[in-house]
Amino acid sequence: MSLTDGDMATIWLTLRLATTVTILLLIFATPVAWWLATTKSWFKGPMSAIVALPLVLPPTVLGFYLLLAMGPNGAIGQFTQALGLGTLPFTFWGLVVASMVYSLPFVVQPIQNSIEAIGNRPLEAAATLGAGPIDRFFTVVLPLAKPGFMTATILGFAHTVGEFGIVLMIGGSIPGETRVVSVQIYDHVEALEYAQAHALSGVMIVFSFVVLLMLYTFQRKRKAVGMTYGR
Amino acid sequence: MADNMEEIKKATTSAQGIQARFQLGFGQSAKTHFELDVEIAIPGQGITAIFGESGSGKTSLLRCIAGLEKNACGCLHVNGELWQDAAVFVPTHKRSLGYVFQEASLFEYLTAMGNLRYAIKRNNQTTNPELLEQVIGVMGIAGILSQLPEALSGGERQRVAIARALLSQPKLLLMDEPLASLDTARKLEILPYLERLRNSFNIPILYVSHAVDEIVRLADHAVIMAQGKVIAQGGITQLFSRADLSLGVSNEVGAILECKVMERDKQWHLMRVAFNGGELWLPNVENKQNTTQRIRVLASDVSLTLTPHTDSSILNVLSGEIQEIINDQDPAMSLVRLKVGESYLLARLTQKSLQKLALTLGKSVWIQIKSAAIVR
Amino acid sequence: MKFKKWLGLIVLFLFTLCAESKSVHVAVAANFSNTMKSLVKEFEKTSDYQIALSFGSSGKFYAQIKQGAPYELFFSADQAKPDALEKDGLVIANSRFTYAIGRLALWSARPDFVNKIETKLKQGAFNKLALANPKLAPYGAAALEVLTSLALIDTTQSNWVMGENIAQTYQFVSSGNADLGFIALSQLLGKNTLQQGSYWLVPNIMHHPIKQDVVLLRSAKKNQGAKAFLDFMQTNRAQHIIAEYGYLASNSLNVEHEL
Repeated sequence: MSLTDGDMATIWLTLRLATTVTILLLIFATPVAWWLATTKSWFKGPMSAIVALPLVLPPTVLGFYLLLAMGPNGAIGQFTQALGLGTLPFTFWGLVVASMVYSLPFVVQPIQNSIEAIGNRPLEAAATLGAGPIDRFFTVVLPLAKPGFMTATILGFAHTVGEFGIVLMIGGSIPGETRVVSVQIYDHVEALEYAQAHALSGVMIVFSFVVLLMLYTFQRKRKAVGMTYGR
Repeated sequence: MADNMEEIKKATTSAQGIQARFQLGFGQSAKTHFELDVEIAIPGQGITAIFGESGSGKTSLLRCIAGLEKNACGCLHVNGELWQDAAVFVPTHKRSLGYVFQEASLFEYLTAMGNLRYAIKRNNQTTNPELLEQVIGVMGIAGILSQLPEALSGGERQRVAIARALLSQPKLLLMDEPLASLDTARKLEILPYLERLRNSFNIPILYVSHAVDEIVRLADHAVIMAQGKVIAQGGITQLFSRADLSLGVSNEVGAILECKVMERDKQWHLMRVAFNGGELWLPNVENKQNTTQRIRVLASDVSLTLTPHTDSSILNVLSGEIQEIINDQDPAMSLVRLKVGESYLLARLTQKSLQKLALTLGKSVWIQIKSAAIVR
Repeated sequence: MKFKKWLGLIVLFLFTLCAESKSVHVAVAANFSNTMKSLVKEFEKTSDYQIALSFGSSGKFYAQIKQGAPYELFFSADQAKPDALEKDGLVIANSRFTYAIGRLALWSARPDFVNKIETKLKQGAFNKLALANPKLAPYGAAALEVLTSLALIDTTQSNWVMGENIAQTYQFVSSGNADLGFIALSQLLGKNTLQQGSYWLVPNIMHHPIKQDVVLLRSAKKNQGAKAFLDFMQTNRAQHIIAEYGYLASNSLNVEHEL
């Protein structure tokens, strides 16, 4: 029960994919979370629902529509072609885009919750001390919402690693480009290569356990520190 | 409300003091609807108390001045600077103000010193080390600067918050019931710091409170609010001698006199103080070096006679004239406003006594004062 | 004695479950699903037995059957899994036979590829070539053989995209993401009319026959329905339906069947 070079390649690809997706999602999800946490617009409800859609939709549904949308006749495909980038399915960056859609709620929601938990008071206090909006974001929101960002990072990363349905739909199982661990395990099982499937699954189980352990240890610590801001 | 307006406006030239007018509505349904509609003029120095019951709109007014209520319309001038009118809205972080909230609202992830530095970094002025030292000294927080807020007591946290507000070197300091979240012991701990604050820094302070004792001890001016409107504003002695404003619960009603210490009697541990209308003997308070004292005479400690009694235990007897008689909330009692020289006193009497002595407006009476409290 | 009443009801319920031994549980490889539905319809016209169908990948069914899944019949997409089950001793002896032989088609959804598909493949004039993972799907393995015999492996390999099964390979082509794709003819004929584009029916001689085997599983020892259905599969009626859906029926293995 040992990992082949092919298995190792899928592990590295998966880590590369998860890291890229997590970083991009943190950049992209933070403004979305901020807007959702602070807006009073009527559009908050619809927007929250859109962000949460990947939670309820089967990944194969998402994958199927992404395949259509990113294909040469789809809206995204037309756009990427117009930019001279070609089409996204069967490419690493196609997986990145799809994974970002899929993992979006796992990153937006913890950040949104922690921003909501801050309340207005610390921001008002900072404003009365002369801190402008951007200053407030970096010196008040970020430190106070740190637990939310940590949770978002861990969940976003782990969720991307564990993703299967979408990758299956739009990946095309190209070694080093789109063949990630979950697909490789599926291939092993389908090909009746159970020993290799066990080895790779073992790696996934250990990884997932460590990630969740980190998450819960972290959350317990956060509870102990406590949030002493009142309204 | 209009009675004192002109007078105060004259006293506060346009280059000095705060002139504000705000309108702000909250709540959609009739049940929750609350409307703030105020116009105030406040001198550019000393402590002005904003007094009223909870729900009277004090905090809303303060938040409007700070620019924290984005929907408020009105206009605001602070020391000649325009902060808000129909066309202008200076955002909070560009208003040179300090704000002390009811709860200290310190940044929990910064030490006490970190909180102070947060203000210093953003005050657009050079902060010389002496000021920092002075603020730390006045607030008595030198020993706790390295602590995180969670390690501090409620009183310490509030002192750090006040120091932080001072270090942003504001043109105006807003304090929203800074003592309300503290117990009596902590209140008594902080009050002296607030007095030192008033005496050491030349910053006008708006001090929201619903506690009469805090106001009579700290404030020189007051704005009295009820149901989102200003019902009176002016000097504190003037306001507290008015019988028609029930400032505080009825047995706490009392007038305030600004007095000068004339003589200290070592033998009997008394001191003689003079006010604009007479003199009083009070228990001597040696440790107070001030030559001026603010004295509060509760209406329930004042009784009236038609002739001067010499056989009474009462030390202080003054002559005055009845100015106004008002029915108390208690049907048995009346509140009588008395003119003593240039000053005013309040007396709380039974309706029966009023009738028995045939006390009417303009009648001259002898005023017996059982005790008077030094509040400052 | 409420408990006794309930117990009675439960026993009655279990009894009705057991009495329903008229139904046959059948695991069917996904590529055969449309054909199987038609076959079952035909079978149930003349039989009292109820056929309960489950569709999925053969590899998954193999794993499930090994772990005791309650299927009586297993229609695999290949011969390898029935073979393995036989070796595992989970199959009733001599029950295995080839029920259909898949036909490979090279399909394109592009209108401008009509009648030029073979040429386009040989010229390499396409963006992506979709095929099922040769390791997993018999149609993928057959596609690989075709490419080998045409000596196109090296020139096209960088343009391959692999589906985990032929259903996915079909999607890659139908969504326009791949210009060409090796799929099962049955996928195109399943709906009787070709939806888009055109196909090149790959000659049988270019690859090993894609034999799909069925086995009667050990749990079906006493299940007459399962045996009846297997017998039905070998009738002309059934073979005709299978051929209609783009498979070569097993009895026509050596006959060139023009569609």
